[in-house]
Amino acid sequence: MAIQSSIRANLYKDSVSLMRISQVTIARTGVQRVTLLMGTRSNKEFLQQAGLMSPALESAKPGDIMIVVADDAPDKIAAAEREIHSQIAGEEPKGGSTEAAAEAPPRSIAGGVAIADHADLALISVPGPYAAAEALKALRRGLNVLLFSDSVPIEQEVAIKRVAAQKGLLVMGPDCGTAIINGVPLGFANVVRRGAIGLVGASGTGLQEVMCQIHRHGHGISQAIGTGSHDVSSEVGGITMLQGLELLAADAQTKVVAIVSKPPAPDVQQRVIERARAIGKPVVICFLGGEPAASAGNVHRTSSLEETARQAVALAGARQPGSDEQSAEALATKVCGSLTPSQRYLRGLYSGGTFCSEAQTIWRAAGIRARSNAPLAGAERLADVEESRGHMAIDLGSDEFTVGRPHPMIDYGVRIERLLKEAGDPTVACIVLDVVLGYGSHPNPAEILAPAIRRAKAAARAQGRELAVICFVCGTDADPQPYETQKGMLADAGAEIVGSSTSAARASQAIASRMAADDSANGRRAMQGGER
Amino acid sequence: MTDQDRPQYQQLLARKVEVVNVGLEGFVKDLRDCGIDVVHVDWKPSAGGDPQMAALLAKLGV
Repeated sequence: MAIQSSIRANLYKDSVSLMRISQVTIARTGVQRVTLLMGTRSNKEFLQQAGLMSPALESAKPGDIMIVVADDAPDKIAAAEREIHSQIAGEEPKGGSTEAAAEAPPRSIAGGVAIADHADLALISVPGPYAAAEALKALRRGLNVLLFSDSVPIEQEVAIKRVAAQKGLLVMGPDCGTAIINGVPLGFANVVRRGAIGLVGASGTGLQEVMCQIHRHGHGISQAIGTGSHDVSSEVGGITMLQGLELLAADAQTKVVAIVSKPPAPDVQQRVIERARAIGKPVVICFLGGEPAASAGNVHRTSSLEETARQAVALAGARQPGSDEQSAEALATKVCGSLTPSQRYLRGLYSGGTFCSEAQTIWRAAGIRARSNAPLAGAERLADVEESRGHMAIDLGSDEFTVGRPHPMIDYGVRIERLLKEAGDPTVACIVLDVVLGYGSHPNPAEILAPAIRRAKAAARAQGRELAVICFVCGTDADPQPYETQKGMLADAGAEIVGSSTSAARASQAIASRMAADDSANGRRAMQGGER
Repeated sequence: MTDQDRPQYQQLLARKVEVVNVGLEGFVKDLRDCGIDVVHVDWKPSAGGDPQMAALLAKLGV
């Protein structure tokens, strides 16, 4: 395959815009591969690893677009390059006229604040190496910050949070995927009704799942404060989580507080629990993957996202919704009858890191040892993320999959590729997929995922076996991508749809446990047969 | 504690949020669809794309 590389100098585009241009170019020209990346060092390393780096790209700067087009046919490559340049030109801001200049967007946060003089929050999603600098500029202008960017060094996070604390400002993030402030969804956020339950969490998808379940139980969210995944480390000290608790304590709308996080560092955990005890409102705490802990006083401890939502709803005054433990077993009974004895393993292909952790927690409690690129404490780390062996839970939103690419909640390409790969493995019993709806996510995930599920199941069937695919949809009926429609499309493709991330983990666990039990029973029968 | 003693971030919940968006342009449409006032900053890497220099300039308030 021929590869053509070039640079479009001095033009910045975010990764989502570049992905859109790539996809349109492939659709319009039929070219095999288009890769568009800004000329950062990490993106060059990515191209190197992918075998796509060339001398022509070495001089690219972070403010230049690197263009890589690959195909067997030179005329397709030429057509694709014309299409890319045409689209880039079409997206560039028009300059020249006085009218255009007057409408030109500001080039800096200072310029933005000059236009929006009542602004109180900066939503920052620039590449990680530049993110802390932009956050500092926003704090200097008196803005609270939601820092969506990830890959921000922890010493920079500590520095900006200390500046914020001195100024009495809030920094949600870095790596804060979601927040709801006074009913306004920020970042990746679902559309949920307003209500009495306030959330604070170091886990973006964990917050999204809990808020969606609360909505689906008929209750609502007052605020959701994202802290970013590193906030509860010893270095950062839970600065944002503690501020978030203060906010929710003072917020008249919030009657019940729920905290969702990976287990904080021990000193931070102690401070968070002490603060929770003192806020004068019921608090549900889910430190997912941590040691089970007893509830005491106003602090209620839970160990799954589903239980967290149910407990918060119950404390808000509603009858506690029922559990679907039975349906996990029922689903396993339905699925296992059509599997072959060689199919024993689970493959969780997650776009949400919290879902990946929750599955590992539930699987581990049942004796299922899964490897992961984001392992629980004490679990085995995958040496090579491309490897497929045994039980695996993969977080496709982690750095090794997202450098130079949009998040898998936006771009399903990598996940679909992996789904089809796992479907070809005769030892795989069940694949688990999360589908996250809401603002920021793919506008119609089921439209592209459903055909891929059909292909995966057909590929397994062509090799003489059935493949179970369990999906859960993190969303609501008010999201831009309607929840029921998305579920229906995935079910029509043959996926087993369950109501929550917790249910998906339990159902898949039930399948793996059943297959392992059948296997050992067959082994016993074979041995007994041999003895006769 | 009087209102004046409270940290400034407590006021974040006191009124409708107004946003300055820096980075992914897709967030602008989502926010406007929710009726939120938002100004988008046409961001490019500063300091010739050198992150360390950009951080230094930010510390200096540039």
